[in-house]
Amino acid sequence: MAHSKEIQSLLESMATQLRERMPADPLLVGIHSGGAWIAAELHSRMGFTEPLGSLDITFYRDDFTRVGVHPQVRASDLPVDVDGRNVILVDDVLQTGRTIRAALNEIFDYGRPRSITLAVLVDRDARELPIQPDVVGRKLELAEHQHVKLAGPDDMQLNILEDGT
Amino acid sequence: MSPGIQLTEQGNLRHLLTIEGLSSETLLNILDTAESFITLGRREIKKVPLLRGRTVVNLFFEASTRTRTTFEIAAKRLSADVINLNPTHSSTSKGETLLDTVRTLEAMHTDLFCVRHPESGAPHLIARNVPDHVHIINAGDGRHAHPTQALLDMFTIRAHKGEFRNLRVAVVGDVLHSRVARSQIHALSTLGVAEIRVVGPRTLLPREIERLGVRVFTEMDEGLRDVDVIMMLRVQRERMDGAQIPSEQEYFNLYGLTEERLALADSGAIVMHPGPINRGLEIDSAVADGERSVILAQVTYGIAIRMAVMAIILGGSEPRRSRLPDA
Repeated sequence: MAHSKEIQSLLESMATQLRERMPADPLLVGIHSGGAWIAAELHSRMGFTEPLGSLDITFYRDDFTRVGVHPQVRASDLPVDVDGRNVILVDDVLQTGRTIRAALNEIFDYGRPRSITLAVLVDRDARELPIQPDVVGRKLELAEHQHVKLAGPDDMQLNILEDGT
Repeated sequence: MSPGIQLTEQGNLRHLLTIEGLSSETLLNILDTAESFITLGRREIKKVPLLRGRTVVNLFFEASTRTRTTFEIAAKRLSADVINLNPTHSSTSKGETLLDTVRTLEAMHTDLFCVRHPESGAPHLIARNVPDHVHIINAGDGRHAHPTQALLDMFTIRAHKGEFRNLRVAVVGDVLHSRVARSQIHALSTLGVAEIRVVGPRTLLPREIERLGVRVFTEMDEGLRDVDVIMMLRVQRERMDGAQIPSEQEYFNLYGLTEERLALADSGAIVMHPGPINRGLEIDSAVADGERSVILAQVTYGIAIRMAVMAIILGGSEPRRSRLPDA
């Protein structure tokens, strides 16, 4: 269980790692909803001036035919052209890699970025696709029946849930 | 015509045949989903992969370039494969029945039919006779219903005027022959607008329309007073010859929407029309092209609404992966 203070230190660590490998002219994009919260925090912490982008990958999910459309899909919002940009893609929890696969596809429908760096708050090692993060707040090893979820956007904290809760 | 056929046992939308019988939650869910598709039109690549590999057939037994085009664009932006058929000129003239036509297309592994037909109830008939994995959207049947038009109208109203329950809305013109009007009235009443008015000559208003919970006005000026939304209907010129409308000029004098008449409505009122418009018959050009007109916005919203309906209907339903030979 990580409390808001712990989130602060994870964000600080992400910001430090990002500064070390900061590409020129970066464009910060968060995946709705937890990733967008984290991206907003990094955005203000690192003093980015360009508007923040957000992605809702619902329309790119590979399980659409099983789960259907969520009633409250947010429109994706990439306020500036991604063509030729160095995109920093931010998500809260990286697990299977399927969300990131969907996000990459969506970004390429907006244009052709020069590069994409993946930054995640938590890397939960349960990958189903060959996708690895570049910047990680914290690695977590969890049992299969456990899930990690970010609560927020105010007083963000990480909760570990057991199946059935 | 039972609206129950439209929903699955879990209450999800399986076909969209009529607005009648759908809950406000279902209608609002469609509007909310459409909202997320609006921004897509401004992207470089206007497609999302949602319906990749699905086949949509636009089956139009009645000519309509506009509506068919928006259904086609909607399906293509969802990455579906789209076939347009206008069977009046092919199979049905060779004596094939409606259901035979549909069964033939079904055998080609079609997932969704968007059906327009001059006979009221034709899409229901099809919906009752297709297997579970095939879905139907009514794209306008006879005088009965045109649900996607009503939904895009509701989307337009919400986008420009906000909350439904505070609004006075006037539906103006040939209500009698209009499937659009019928669907609009059902949608407005389900979404709980404060007041629905129908305005038109007595000869073009259905008898007992009051039973739908509307106020009836045969005087245009009275009917428009203080309304927030004016929904004009298209007057079909073929009605001119009959006894229903005396002459185009007289119709325009009595029921044409002019700037003078528009001034009677609320100062923030919007003007809508399902198109194609008859300039100088039901609406003056100055109003159709004026700043209160949202007629072109309706067309743009129409694509997002049709995308939303298709995505909701086909989402959560696994495509059929293998097909047994027909018994």
